[in-house]
Amino acid sequence: MHSFMKKSGLILVLVAAFLFSLSIGRYIIPIRQIGSTIFSHYFNGVNDANMETVIFNIRLPRIFAGILVGAALSTAGASFQGMFKNPLVSPDMLGASAGAGFGACLAILLSQSALVIQIMAFTFGITAVLIAYFVNVMLDYEPTISLVLGGILVSTLFSSGTGAIKYFADANDKLPAITYWLMGSLSSVTNSDILMVSVPIVIGFVSLFLVRWKLNVLAFGEEEARTLGIDTRKLRFIVIISSTLITSASVSICGMVGWIGLVIPHLARAVVGPDYRKLLPVTFIFGSTFLLLIDDMARCLGAVEIPLGILTSLMGVPFFILIFKQNVRGWK
Amino acid sequence: MLELKNVSYSYGQNKILSDVSFRVETGELVCVLGPNGCGKTTLLKNILGLLTPSGGSIFIDGKEVKRLSPGKLAQLMGYIPQTHSPPFPYKVFEVVLMGRTAYLSRLAMPDKKDEEIAYDSLKKLNITHLKDKIYTKISGGERQLVLIARALAQQPKILIMDEPTSSLDFGKQNVVLEHVRMLSQKGISILMVTHDPAHALFCADKVITMKKGHILKIGNPKDVISEDMMKYMYETDVKIGKVKLPDERTICVCIPVPKVS
Repeated sequence: MHSFMKKSGLILVLVAAFLFSLSIGRYIIPIRQIGSTIFSHYFNGVNDANMETVIFNIRLPRIFAGILVGAALSTAGASFQGMFKNPLVSPDMLGASAGAGFGACLAILLSQSALVIQIMAFTFGITAVLIAYFVNVMLDYEPTISLVLGGILVSTLFSSGTGAIKYFADANDKLPAITYWLMGSLSSVTNSDILMVSVPIVIGFVSLFLVRWKLNVLAFGEEEARTLGIDTRKLRFIVIISSTLITSASVSICGMVGWIGLVIPHLARAVVGPDYRKLLPVTFIFGSTFLLLIDDMARCLGAVEIPLGILTSLMGVPFFILIFKQNVRGWK
Repeated sequence: MLELKNVSYSYGQNKILSDVSFRVETGELVCVLGPNGCGKTTLLKNILGLLTPSGGSIFIDGKEVKRLSPGKLAQLMGYIPQTHSPPFPYKVFEVVLMGRTAYLSRLAMPDKKDEEIAYDSLKKLNITHLKDKIYTKISGGERQLVLIARALAQQPKILIMDEPTSSLDFGKQNVVLEHVRMLSQKGISILMVTHDPAHALFCADKVITMKKGHILKIGNPKDVISEDMMKYMYETDVKIGKVKLPDERTICVCIPVPKVS
């Protein structure tokens, strides 16, 4: 009963954040009106056209994107932290973000459509991680160390690529577009974008969810995990592929959103402890709620939108200090 | 139970193990002694299936180790590493429950039965009071017992221990060794690597001495651990004495001889 209350409490937090985000914005919609608009959208079809557009074409896609990306990046981060036995790892450790960023910038430089930008970002994100993985196999070293090494190499490679693209980009239109894209935003997300990226994100998320008990064992290190009966090479591969699908897909629709994958797992760990059986579901809820609220700030705080990446880092830093100061079960 | 037949292992040009053969019978407690760099750790890694022998073969319960999957192997063999801290503060019970991993179907979580087995393992070592403590915050000796409990939850036929007392204080070393002794009397085979001849004298049924990847001698602890053997292995003078206890038992002690008086 006790745990049932906790579970429903957590879900209520997300539902509350969802309704709140739907309600606030350039113009505020009372919760009651949200309910009636959604009801008539599906049942009798008589709706105020403005209301219909704001809810279904502007706010809902954005909110769903926020939930999806926030939850996915946080769970990927939590999984990577276990796999690398390191609490300071984030999901772009292996170069997924750097690769995806490069792909997107290249597409913007070549004046491609939004769809092509997304596809390029996704593909380059995956390519970057494959290269890092290949470096790891080639080095034949303690796997977590050589993976990190591969990740650093690949991230550096693609970041310098992105730097080069910025240098050559037209300073009047291309460069601002690239810069804005890199700082991250959910503002241009459409319903079809969400459908498209939800496939890799859901695949990645479900896989991580299914192996979450084994992630506990992997946190004890390569050799111990193997002697406890885990095929560590296979498990590592699953975790890497899943996290990469998630990170690349997320970056492809909303640009670089840092810090979530690093901070949220710590927050969740401070609340429920490190056991992945509980940690992953709680990370999911916290991550999605966090990004929803941050995105609310992004669109409501100023006259112009504040880039998401700036806000997540800005909020993430004090948050991180707070968690580590208060934390009894998180790390030490 | 555990049988090594002419096992050798090379890393590049370096031959680390050559022609190692021995057996550990059911319920037997065997200690491996040897100086640093003699190949003890490599030997354990080969047995655990973490390394594959360059030559020879290792059988456990009649099956060859390199042909068994990690899961099957973990059901037969439990490994007790030296204590260390994982990066996250797991509860003791969660750590012990991880010993059940090898028995779970591919995607399953541990269930009630696994939890009972984990609890029983804690009970066997008299550490049920640690159940909800944070693993990273208990003492080194307690942590070592938890790792033994985790290995017991694997319900293995053989336990492999890598210097299980290395980071413990004098008293805790004996607590752990007493538990190890007790487990072998309950029928579990144990292979333990140790750096202290006194530990082998304290609890082993059989001792294997090694140097430079070769086995020097296998046999009864009191026969194998001689002053000459210790001098040859560790290049230091030792004295071995016998002490009679009030209850008529005789125990052997092995102490180094100080060069300066």
